[in-house]
Amino acid sequence: MNTLQNFSKGIIKENPVLVLVLGTCPTLATSTSVTNAVGMGVAATAVLLCSNIVISALRKIIPDKVRIPCYIVLIAGFVTMVQMLVKAFAPALDQSLGIYLPLIVVNCIILGRAEMFANKNKVFDSAVDALGMGAGFTLALILMAAIREVFGNGSFMGMPIPVLSDNKISIMTMAPGGFFVFGCLIALVNKFSANKPKKKEFGCAGCPSAAACGKASCAEQGVTASD
Amino acid sequence: MTKLIIILLSAVFINNYVLSRFLGICPFLGVSKKMDSATGMSIAVIFVMLMATAVTYPIQMYLLTPNDLGYLQTIVFILVIAALVQLVEIVLKRYIPALHKSLGVYLPLITTNCAVLGVTILNIDEGYTFLEAMVNSLGSGLGFFLAMVMFSGVRSAIEGNDIPESFKGLPVTLVAAAITSLSFLGFGGVIENLFA
Repeated sequence: MNTLQNFSKGIIKENPVLVLVLGTCPTLATSTSVTNAVGMGVAATAVLLCSNIVISALRKIIPDKVRIPCYIVLIAGFVTMVQMLVKAFAPALDQSLGIYLPLIVVNCIILGRAEMFANKNKVFDSAVDALGMGAGFTLALILMAAIREVFGNGSFMGMPIPVLSDNKISIMTMAPGGFFVFGCLIALVNKFSANKPKKKEFGCAGCPSAAACGKASCAEQGVTASD
Repeated sequence: MTKLIIILLSAVFINNYVLSRFLGICPFLGVSKKMDSATGMSIAVIFVMLMATAVTYPIQMYLLTPNDLGYLQTIVFILVIAALVQLVEIVLKRYIPALHKSLGVYLPLITTNCAVLGVTILNIDEGYTFLEAMVNSLGSGLGFFLAMVMFSGVRSAIEGNDIPESFKGLPVTLVAAAITSLSFLGFGGVIENLFA
């Protein structure tokens, strides 16, 4: 796979939000305005880039058995750094992202990329993968935020739009609007994706707890897990 | 006392973790297919939320804040929660095997559940006392339980319906979640006025 493909797969073919369905919590929560979406996207991309580079560089040193705790500590460290930077240089953004900034630690996209890509690939490839995935995440967030802000608040990045600002559908910026827009966007992606037939379920593929989740779905079907 | 009741009720209904704060969406969408697993998962979440608050609150108040180490909050909390979940699993397996059998599957999933980390951080941010923090955690857990159980009912009603091809699977689930969360909007402002 060449570098360009490696980069672009994160944006379209394996878009973390709309195709892999990872990191739904921050997507729904911070897409109320485009400014928030950009801030969240950039913060998550920065953490993803740093963690992918370091995890990929350390992939031969970290023992396999304790890799998940190691990844979590590394990621938490980078999140703390980003948190402090945002607090210092963009206090307004810190206010509006609030709790979702420290919660980047448990964002499935970051752990998922560490698990699926960075621990098997070279440093440069991992960095490119992180940038692609980060861009995909940011673009999906901006798309969703644009829809919600334009209809819900009648503005785009804070600039009012003539007719819409007098006819706000404020439900769009509230919780139900988030679920609704996200559902419609995924349906749209389903409609236009070429190899569609596979019915999309909630994507846990990249989640580190996927193995345990498999057990949970076994329990769901009444099959007893082996251990 | 009134304040505790207000905290409890608003954590369950108004600031519902799943439906209005968007925390814990993964288990909400992933494990809500069947009523049994939805109940099991939510009980495990309530349990871990209470334990996590009981441990992280003193750590923040007696260890981090007095020593000016507030910036370590994120790292310390996530590690404490991860270790705690492991510990709980080991203890349950050894002493209460029946409970372990029903909750065991869900415990590892909870480590990376943002609702648990979220509730511990919010308790500190809101400046609650220890008792208020515990009540808030209980309320958040109950709110999670309520949302999960309600939604698993909604999902079983969706199954077998005639849904447009591209909406099958996740999209229709999300639209249903939108309608479920719409019903919770009705609680806004009710609870403050209840005791006014």
